[in-house]
Amino acid sequence: MSERSRAMVRSAASKVLSALVVMFLAATVTFLLVRISGDPLSMLLPPDATAEQADELAATLGLDQPLVVQYADYLSGLIRFDLGDSLFYNQPVSQVIADRLPATALLAVSALFIALVIAVPAGIAAAMRRGRASDKGIMTLILLGQSTPAFWVGIVLILIFAVRLQVLPASGHGTLSHLILPAVTLAVYSVAVIARLLRSSLLDVLSSDYMRTATAKGFGPTHAVVSHGLRNASLPVITVVGLETGTLLGGAILTEQVFTWPGLGRLTIEAISNRDLPLVQGTVLLFAAIFVVINLIVDVTYSAIDPRVRLEK
Amino acid sequence: MAGISIAASQDAQTPTHTAWRALRQNRWGMVAVVFLAVMVLTAALAPLIAPHDPQAQNLLERLAPPSWAGDSDHLLGTDHLGRDVFSRLVFGSRISLLVGVSAAMLAGVIGAVVGLLAGYYGGRLDWILMRLADVQLAFPSILLALAVVAFLGSGLWIVIVVLGLTGWVSYARVVRSEVVSLKTRDFVTEARAIGVGNLTIIRRHLLPNVVAPLATIATLNVASAIVAESALSFLGLGVPTHIPTWGSMLADGQLYLGTSWWIAIFPGLALMLTSLAINITGDAIRDATDPKVYRR
Repeated sequence: MSERSRAMVRSAASKVLSALVVMFLAATVTFLLVRISGDPLSMLLPPDATAEQADELAATLGLDQPLVVQYADYLSGLIRFDLGDSLFYNQPVSQVIADRLPATALLAVSALFIALVIAVPAGIAAAMRRGRASDKGIMTLILLGQSTPAFWVGIVLILIFAVRLQVLPASGHGTLSHLILPAVTLAVYSVAVIARLLRSSLLDVLSSDYMRTATAKGFGPTHAVVSHGLRNASLPVITVVGLETGTLLGGAILTEQVFTWPGLGRLTIEAISNRDLPLVQGTVLLFAAIFVVINLIVDVTYSAIDPRVRLEK
Repeated sequence: MAGISIAASQDAQTPTHTAWRALRQNRWGMVAVVFLAVMVLTAALAPLIAPHDPQAQNLLERLAPPSWAGDSDHLLGTDHLGRDVFSRLVFGSRISLLVGVSAAMLAGVIGAVVGLLAGYYGGRLDWILMRLADVQLAFPSILLALAVVAFLGSGLWIVIVVLGLTGWVSYARVVRSEVVSLKTRDFVTEARAIGVGNLTIIRRHLLPNVVAPLATIATLNVASAIVAESALSFLGLGVPTHIPTWGSMLADGQLYLGTSWWIAIFPGLALMLTSLAINITGDAIRDATDPKVYRR
């Protein structure tokens, strides 16, 4: 193994380790959050329950054990991907989550796709026409997109396309036409963030020496930007897309609620209103895990692509 | 940057003065500031401005359209219980501003302390604090807020504290990176050489130099906290429903979109314009105070 690839493996290993530490802390936070937030028994039992019923339920849930024992059980369960049983569905939490995960994944991936298809050309156009009317127009739209909450976008889209024009359904799932409004709703904020960052990142790159060289060699501005500039400008954008996963997942919770989309977000809200503690614990932890894993992938890929990052290590 | 601003404060040209001049030249920035000033006044004088009691129900006038769009004497119409939408909007601005500003201040204090400590002391403390920031970032803040509010029960102060506790990371990261570069500057190393204590250095020499980035982030954070509060109230898990908020008005309105668009559209518009005005102001403050920003 060459010195360089050994350094790469070492830096990747330290990133994985750091991600594991974050995951462990996230699991602990989730555990504490669910435990300190009041007595789950009083929320689960009917008001006229007897003391025996309370003890029985506590024993079934393991709540009669000391906190340390509960914590150890919880962690050892996590390692085996055992998140306990949902109180409401009477099924393993992992099963309930697995049933709902595809809907959220479809929504998030579609939204990200729409966001990239709109944001990349918009960002390039704004950077190339910097300071002109089209740049200002795009920047205004970006600011508007960043300031508009997802659930409000969803309501306006429903009003226009479902209530007035009656061309798309306001809720439900299953067909492509059900996907369009929620995916567009979720994409709006990401479009703004990605386009804005790509623009400023391209502006940095455009003023660099190799871009001037490319132009001097006789490449047209569009060709120079696409073949030289975009590759370099995309690096910070990739990092931000990773960090935006959290916002995207948070937005998915609201979007799913507006469009009654049967994904993890609605599942979490249902679980919260049903006081289904194991399920809340499971979904919250899954959201955190998705974020950590995506950012780990982004981080490792980033250092594999960008030699400057690799050499720093 | 720091040295310059300290030297400049000897003259009449204080940094605040320079920033204010730059802000005045920003046309949209001024429009946004005026909009926000009007909103603050509206919130402060809500009982004088609102024509009706925001909670007064009138089932005879339920779902009345805005007065300029149909037969009604309610400026922005009434909701499904006959409550005046305009009056509820005016009172709702109080909650939005209160939650937004308080949560941003709480988050700012936590973030500034964490950033100053992590940046100045470095080493193991820095590593631990930044891993905590990673953990915080891993949870979408709306999700944490949902979970906490659902278990602890909803309440105005709970919403403020939760949004404050989940918003500190961006402050901490920016302050930390500023401090890391500031602490090798002459005025800090010299202060240390003549025996000035660490806490005094942090308070007298570092904190004043991170105020400008803190102000920018705080402004943007007010907008995101306002949106987060309305999201929680929209989901029915925010401020108790007997208090009018833009989020709960939106939730009511979504049920009547087919017949009475005005119930959802006006609170949403108010939310969007407020958030837009705050974001424009935040950008303007950054451009006015940060010499590193090239004029783009």
